[in-house]
Amino acid sequence: MTTVETAVGTAKTMVLNMGPQHPSTHGVLRILLELDGETVVKAVPDLGYLHTGIEKSCEDKTYSQAITLTDRMDYLNPLGNNLVYCLAVEKLLELEVPKRAQYIRVMMVELQRISSHLVWLGTHAIDLGAMSVFLYCFREREEILKIFELFTGQRMMTSYIRIGGVALDPPAGWRQAVERFLKMMPSRVDEYETLLTENRIWIGRTKGIGYISVEDAIALSMSGPTIRAAGVAYDNRKAFPYSSYEEFNFDVPTRTESDCYARYLIRVAEMRESLKIVRQAFGKIKDEGPIKAEAPGIIPPQREKMKTEMEALIYHFKIFTEGFSPAPGEVFVTVESPRGELGCFIASDGSPKPLRVHFRGPSYINLQALPKLIEGQLISDVIACIGTIDIVLGEVDR
Amino acid sequence: MTESSSKNANVVAECLRSWNAKAVAEVIEFRGETTIVVPRELLRATAERCREDAKLQYNFLTDATCVDRTPAEPRFELNYHLVSIPRREKVRLRVWVSGNDPVVDSLVPVWPGANWLEREVFDLFGIRFTGHPDLRRILLPDDWEGHPLRRDYPVEGYRDVPNTGELFRKSSTP
Repeated sequence: MTTVETAVGTAKTMVLNMGPQHPSTHGVLRILLELDGETVVKAVPDLGYLHTGIEKSCEDKTYSQAITLTDRMDYLNPLGNNLVYCLAVEKLLELEVPKRAQYIRVMMVELQRISSHLVWLGTHAIDLGAMSVFLYCFREREEILKIFELFTGQRMMTSYIRIGGVALDPPAGWRQAVERFLKMMPSRVDEYETLLTENRIWIGRTKGIGYISVEDAIALSMSGPTIRAAGVAYDNRKAFPYSSYEEFNFDVPTRTESDCYARYLIRVAEMRESLKIVRQAFGKIKDEGPIKAEAPGIIPPQREKMKTEMEALIYHFKIFTEGFSPAPGEVFVTVESPRGELGCFIASDGSPKPLRVHFRGPSYINLQALPKLIEGQLISDVIACIGTIDIVLGEVDR
Repeated sequence: MTESSSKNANVVAECLRSWNAKAVAEVIEFRGETTIVVPRELLRATAERCREDAKLQYNFLTDATCVDRTPAEPRFELNYHLVSIPRREKVRLRVWVSGNDPVVDSLVPVWPGANWLEREVFDLFGIRFTGHPDLRRILLPDDWEGHPLRRDYPVEGYRDVPNTGELFRKSSTP
């Protein structure tokens, strides 16, 4: 149990416990707030309510088994988590992923980014009292989840991106489904903007709230939309391109106001940029081609081959009983998740199970800046600030 | 990619060596990533140098994590991942920390963002950071025993978890 040392004299202030069961903490975040009237004097976040020891569990699984665990960290971005883990293992193995699989990965991850931003926008708006935006956002998110179901058989915990490629070939009818979404979505984003961007209540609740300076944002290791709203155009897709992002044309939206309103505008702009990327990836994905790398002993062989080739059968058996052993060494890979810089560190000791897997969760590190954002603000602004950092507690606590 | 990374490794190593000949104990390159092994007592000064030097500009601390290499000694391998946003380069600073005396200088004075990262390492590995302003457990409860990410901590934990089957039987008996 965390106790809080009060900053000011005891008679003037009171300590309020917010969470872990509070709808606006987006899960199980607990914050101890020291209040002077309605003004926050000091804030101490208390986490760990959702700690499941995923990193420890990964050490007890083979490299391919751990993929399903990554889905469950940031549950609004399972494909992104799969991607960063697989990229790290592929780097360790020096595996070249076929272009077609890379484009499929990019398309899926960008769809995921849109769906994650939709959940963010809907819940953030509902926190601030705009009920209908939530319903609008979830309507479109449903369409994206349907596309995921079509591709992977799952709506949420997809485990679609696998070491060396993706799990399945795009199914029949995927082009129509994605095309329909691409046609529909731009006008829907406009619709959200008509509801919020010039809404006086929305502006009143978000403009000038939760300011953080560029220097502080960098010093506190913030990333993603929060740092871009402060004016730093730092995006892993541009700075350290992965999965062929260097072939795509898109902008990194930045603003300088660094308040909740700026972060809202950044995320809406990012949805439009993601749509651009999805459209380009849609054109780049060919109808025929490999979806997995050629690497016997690492990538499970095709079912058909196992019926005729003995080697394929042996490899299949060995992959699923023993696993494969990468060379000893450490790699650290970062990707741009909807929330910021998502990193995966893997240390291998040459055995079929990783020695250590560590995830750099952007929610965890961005949340560190929360006291800086809310100290000196009103208690109602705390809600706006938590929402605007966009945390997922599954990733914070891992 | 490998060429540019080895170029970066040379830049970082030379820069640090010209500042303090003892700062770089070893330079490791693996899969295009650069690791600079730093003596434990020079960690904070080296980190400061990495941030301040005009040729390096590692202004962003992205991650800090630990690897337990027991039974080897020194046992803990502490890795700090730095990013230079203007130069678009990454580097890893590594210190070895002994299992008998797991203490190292905190980097919070250099990057305030190291705060929670080091608390996590303290919580899960039991490494103490001197100069850390708020060294408490972060993910586990304050009264938790042991440090779960150490290799000698069993995956199932130490405590007996109540057997749900038995509970079910007990409740069903009249």
